[in-house]
Amino acid sequence: MGTSVMGNNIDAAENLPDYPELKQLLGRTTLPGHELIELLHAAQQQYGHLDQPLLGQIARSLKLPESLVYGVASFYHAFRLEPPGRTRCAVCTGTSCHIKGGTRLLEQLQQLLDPACGGSSGDSRLSLESVRCLGACGMAPLVRIEQSSTPARLYSQMTPDLTLNLLQSAMEGGLPPGEALAPVRLLGPASQRIVLANCGAIDPDSLASARAAGAYTALEQSLRRMSPDQVCGQIRDSGLRGRGGGGYPTGLKWELVRSAPGKRKFVVANGDEGDPGAFMDRTLMELDPHRVLEGMAIAGFATGADHGFIYVRGEYPLAARRLRAAIAEAESAACLGRNIFGTPFTFQVRVRIGAGAFVCGEETALMASIMGRRGQPVIRPPYPAQHGLWGRPTLINNVETFGCVAPIILKGAAWFSSIGTPGNNGTKVFSISGDVTVAGVVEVPLGTPLRQILEMAGGVTGGDFKAAQTGGASGGCITAEHLDIPVDYDSLTGLGTIMGSGGMIIINDRRCMVDLARFFMRFCQSESCGKCTPCRAGTEQALRLLDALCSGEADLEQLERLEELCHLMRETSLCGLGMAAPNPVLSTLRWFRQEYLDHLRNGHCPAGVCRRGAAPCRD
Amino acid sequence: MRPIRLATAWLSGCSGCHMSLLNLHHHLLELLLKCELVYSPLADIKEYPAGVDIALVEGAVGNADNREMAALIRERTVWVVSLGDCAVNGNVSGLRNPIGREAALAAAYPAENGSHQRFGSDVPLLLPRVLPLHQVIRVDAFIPGCPPLPEDISRMLASFFKQPAAGG
Amino acid sequence: MPRLKLSIDGIPVSAGPGATILQAARANGIDIATLCHLKGLIPAGACRICIVEVAGGRRPVPACATRAESGMVITTASERLQAARRQIVELLLAERNHQCPVCVMNNNCELQAVARRFGIDHVRYGFIAPTLTVDISHERFGLDHNRCILCRRCVRVCDQVEGAHTWDVRARGTASRIISDLARPWGESGSCTGCGKCVQACPTGALFEKDVQGTRKGTLCLEKLLEWRRRRTR
Repeated sequence: MGTSVMGNNIDAAENLPDYPELKQLLGRTTLPGHELIELLHAAQQQYGHLDQPLLGQIARSLKLPESLVYGVASFYHAFRLEPPGRTRCAVCTGTSCHIKGGTRLLEQLQQLLDPACGGSSGDSRLSLESVRCLGACGMAPLVRIEQSSTPARLYSQMTPDLTLNLLQSAMEGGLPPGEALAPVRLLGPASQRIVLANCGAIDPDSLASARAAGAYTALEQSLRRMSPDQVCGQIRDSGLRGRGGGGYPTGLKWELVRSAPGKRKFVVANGDEGDPGAFMDRTLMELDPHRVLEGMAIAGFATGADHGFIYVRGEYPLAARRLRAAIAEAESAACLGRNIFGTPFTFQVRVRIGAGAFVCGEETALMASIMGRRGQPVIRPPYPAQHGLWGRPTLINNVETFGCVAPIILKGAAWFSSIGTPGNNGTKVFSISGDVTVAGVVEVPLGTPLRQILEMAGGVTGGDFKAAQTGGASGGCITAEHLDIPVDYDSLTGLGTIMGSGGMIIINDRRCMVDLARFFMRFCQSESCGKCTPCRAGTEQALRLLDALCSGEADLEQLERLEELCHLMRETSLCGLGMAAPNPVLSTLRWFRQEYLDHLRNGHCPAGVCRRGAAPCRD
Repeated sequence: MRPIRLATAWLSGCSGCHMSLLNLHHHLLELLLKCELVYSPLADIKEYPAGVDIALVEGAVGNADNREMAALIRERTVWVVSLGDCAVNGNVSGLRNPIGREAALAAAYPAENGSHQRFGSDVPLLLPRVLPLHQVIRVDAFIPGCPPLPEDISRMLASFFKQPAAGG
Repeated sequence: MPRLKLSIDGIPVSAGPGATILQAARANGIDIATLCHLKGLIPAGACRICIVEVAGGRRPVPACATRAESGMVITTASERLQAARRQIVELLLAERNHQCPVCVMNNNCELQAVARRFGIDHVRYGFIAPTLTVDISHERFGLDHNRCILCRRCVRVCDQVEGAHTWDVRARGTASRIISDLARPWGESGSCTGCGKCVQACPTGALFEKDVQGTRKGTLCLEKLLEWRRRRTR
């Protein structure tokens, strides 16, 4: 693929008769061909959807093959190739929404609305769709209604009747006010917060407010008083590990990029928080954008990079808006951009908006997406630290990892490593939701017992504690007997789950674990990029086997087949998505095997969640 | 030693697999020295008997009769063998699966209203999907091929004869 | 640069610097089955048939896309690997509609050959039987999605050798389909040169030449073509 980096504005003197605005949109791109996804976003906003003539025009203007442009546009769920309805109703299918009836709500609405509105295609009045977790898990089950005239509004604790009423009023032009944005509750003691220390305390739209709380002092200190090696050393000695889930030592990664040969290097912040039921990164990016940007700039200084990309999940428009505003303001105050604080160091950050693909949380897929391609992972090695964006050494860290950087520089590695447990230094942000009194975000030292975290959310509701699902679709569950386990990387791995990015769903004893496993498998099946066989065809077959289990049609042999498939995916998939896709099944099988056996033919669903003929149904 | 009780059955298939069986030619004579043919479309026997040692089953499970027959075969047979691609994976009989039962019927037996003609109760009901035999009953061995090679059939039978339990 | 020395299935072998495990194995007479791999194209490592175990590694790696290193101890056919390969081939056979007797590539098909090689006599997974189309709008060639295993050899040969990039993949996961241009019929493609390399590269009957006896596949040497192209552009 193309090797040109950071070209000048392209001379978009092409003839664009059908789409006059497209020329203007093109004029904004600085990396022709590599800003395809940005352009698709802009074009969709301008024209409502991306039809074939428009995609053809875009391909010609960017001098890209037509099939490549179509391949990209159809890969990402955020792009509409067909015109949407004038009123668009989306039901959230995140984990919390699912266990609280979101999936059933969607099915019921589909049945109720289908004959009335003629489905969701064509120039219909109404379209109904499912939407991936909006990170507003406290509002579950959540419905989002959008009309061309008004911005999207969110409605919490929805039922079919309530939704129908809303849609009725929406189509009559009087949509009742909902939440424009999902509010985030910060839970737990504020004194423990490091990454989120300023969240809620500062005005996220004001650099002055952030500066008053200490933003960019760590960057200034690094630039004026430290060498890049010293900065790397501080991060290494702090024992900080990647907060995106991998737990790889951050300092080591920085040193790898620092020592990689090459004049041009990149820093990437991964804010593609795709796990259903996770909203930690959203909280940080929305409430303290400067913290992430400062961490990236320090990383740029330490590794020798002069450009950074922050990849923001498409479902988080507010985070993207605030980050863009923060970058502009910081650049005008010389906190970012050229000659930061009057030093020779230059670091420019661009925001990239995701387009609805969980797989883009995987670092090679993330890079492909930043370069405007299908988010398909490629085989490692070579690792991004050697061969990343446009073939250059690239540092990729989660936004929360970058959020830890400034405090470490200011207060020292020793201070940071004194928090948490040995090998698990510092704090971790968790988003806790599901069957809890208050859903929200907590930041606690690593090693805090699960029971304490649960108490911060006000305890379990609707029944007794059954399990905590951690690590989202790549994770597993923790059972009641392990409630006192210290939550850190290693002890969770010991229990067969992962800490992941920090999403935590509390499940009460009226929920069905087989149904939950099926929910995650459905998620992975719809998010598989389709490149490697075990993930593409394996998730599909596993989902079918789980469907059979939930409808009481499976026998023991099919359960064996499912387990065998899970091991195949884990062993032979190309990337982390496929390798981790079976984790929820394997974990629930480990702790709740009896529930699976109860679901076999002639059995029943103990929780009464899975619907079928003879089962004792709750509804 | 009593002769081995051999059955062959024909579900949704084209009889090509049975042709392959006949293509064993003079080996058939050797086979019949060891076996007693207790049920087969090649012989005029009305009912599938009990106590069958080995059954070669041609064809996929495509209608209600097939499904009933498959269950009967399983119940009364020690060793069930899927004979040929239709039994093994649906094959040509399964070509209707991607388009669905109703569309296939409407294409083959169109009625004026765009649907398909109605059939009497003497015509077995087509299943929504054509299934390979092993997805309906437990199957002990497979001889793929369309049609399966006669050599593969004799090899499979030979391996059965070698089993200590065979005919015992 | 010194030659690499490694061990494959207990046999000490040597390989040129930069060689993949697959190249090292094949050069020494050890065959590893492949599907998405095609000599002359950049490896994708997508089908996962060629996975091998490297001693000390946590999980198997694709031989086609992993560089050989001196000192590697490689196993190509352990029971675990063979079982995984069988599962993968079964997944492929169940994914679309592979009815060999009515396929133009019957007995010339790489998928069929791999299935035969691993002794797959039946598929344990449910057949998905998706409804798929056949595109015969092109004057000389056809595309039958029922036979496609998404190896993307057509996509890569069209991009990397012919330089036309007529083919790509639309959507994702099981909904992935090979498309030409803006997902329009192949016959309407403005970028297709009609060279037929994609047909040659296709391992199954998904891409075929119309109105000919036999498949006429495998008559093209991609490596020579690539060499010719390099000379031309130099």
